[in-house]
Amino acid sequence: MSQFFQSIGRRVLDSLAGIGYALAMLMSAIIGKPQPRKSWPLFVKQMYVVGVLSMLIVIVSGLFIGMVLGLQGYTILVDYGAEQSLGPMVALSLLRELGPVVTGLLFAGRAGSALTAEIGLMKATEQLSSLEMMAVDPLRRVIAPRFWAGLISMPLLALMFSAVGIYGGYLVGSGWLGVDEGAFWSVMQSAVDWQDDLLNGIIKSIVFAFVVTWIALYKGYRSVPTSAGISAATTSTVVTASLAILGLDFILTAIMFGG
Amino acid sequence: MTNLVELKDLTFAHGDHRVYDGLSLNVPKGKMVAVMGPSGIGKTTLLRLIGGQLKPDSGSIKVAGEEVPQLKRDALYQLRKRMSMLFQSGALFTDMSVYENVAFPLREHTDLPEELIRSVVLMKLEAVGLRGARHLMPSELSGGMARRAALARAIALDPDLILYDEPFAGQDPISMAVIVKLIKSLNESLGLTSIVVSHDVKEVLSIADYAYVIADKKVVGQGTPDELRSNDTAIIQQFLNGAPDGPVAFHYSDDDFTTDLLRGEG
Repeated sequence: MSQFFQSIGRRVLDSLAGIGYALAMLMSAIIGKPQPRKSWPLFVKQMYVVGVLSMLIVIVSGLFIGMVLGLQGYTILVDYGAEQSLGPMVALSLLRELGPVVTGLLFAGRAGSALTAEIGLMKATEQLSSLEMMAVDPLRRVIAPRFWAGLISMPLLALMFSAVGIYGGYLVGSGWLGVDEGAFWSVMQSAVDWQDDLLNGIIKSIVFAFVVTWIALYKGYRSVPTSAGISAATTSTVVTASLAILGLDFILTAIMFGG
Repeated sequence: MTNLVELKDLTFAHGDHRVYDGLSLNVPKGKMVAVMGPSGIGKTTLLRLIGGQLKPDSGSIKVAGEEVPQLKRDALYQLRKRMSMLFQSGALFTDMSVYENVAFPLREHTDLPEELIRSVVLMKLEAVGLRGARHLMPSELSGGMARRAALARAIALDPDLILYDEPFAGQDPISMAVIVKLIKSLNESLGLTSIVVSHDVKEVLSIADYAYVIADKKVVGQGTPDELRSNDTAIIQQFLNGAPDGPVAFHYSDDDFTTDLLRGEG
């Protein structure tokens, strides 16, 4: 019995220590004298790798999810003669929930796993050590630009996801199923509040961006530098980040829209 | 003669595994010192301790008169600009060409104009014979070429001290000879101080000024290459001649084989 409690205690301590390490890593990466001349090109490169290269999967998924929303929403709403409300239904689902959450999940799978694997491999091939020995701080050089790129690009991706999704809903609802085009857009306009819906959705996506990027970088930086270790770290990034997104989404939704 | 690196009564443990227990060694300025020993005795760890990447449990590590474990981050980074480490894998940055790799430390630590950086990079690449390979990516290099490119990067800032981690391991005879010759000529022409950690006894003794043999957590023998060869301590002779069994046991330590078999569990 005491062994049981011991093992629980050890796990709690280990995970607390992990959070501590992760915080320390992030702090030393982003706090310090800014060196725009050196860090700007690194940041731009990471924006391309992390953000631009994730656009395709995000836009295609957004389009399909919007089209499915249009189709499903229509078949339910039409029974009540409320197909005019298809516009707000699609827009609110996307802006409040699906945009940030699905983009976060896609981002964890597409960009987060790549970040972890890349940094884990840099560790395994001694590139991080060699930076240190060259008197270049790997946290500032490797972690910081990737962190900022993730934090900035994911909310933008979430906005693109929602925009394309709304267009997908419009294509199906209005173009195919015959909801009146003017009603679709005008009911949507009057129902969507920019602060309650748009801003809250953006806040969510910023929180998810922070968490996913942080987890991905930390898992890579602390990975065991072997092939099994990197593969475990990559898996763990996707699993931990996805669970963190879903858990945080519930908490944020409760704060923003509950009660 | 002044020592550039001085280790005294060093103890260090990885978790429960004690790596060094009272290790002392000196590296005189301008000399090439070999540190030899069987695999797995933490020779790389020694270099990381000297470079300040690991902290010893006790004992003193002095580089250029400064106590490395007690240095603050900024002072440590200043000190590291004066030393280089050649990693066993080369550790070239895989997203940059050979040219960019060699230019990297110059761009990070100097404000030299691009034309001057170009001249320095070409000079260093010429020294290792890879000027023609400057546009290649690290993945396109053979193992020996990668190590030479890494060597060019290590000397880019003209350091005082170079730490070589197994520079000869895994090389074919020709590239091994090339690297031996390179290390020797660089040391002489640039007046570097070098620490070469290696278990390739013949090669390293052919170029070192002084050598230490490490086994069983401390220095078991030292001297010039000739003194070592005539040293008749069993462990040194076993190591220099490559005898499979002797004071350094073939078996990783464990209980008696028979009792282990009869116990019947993992």
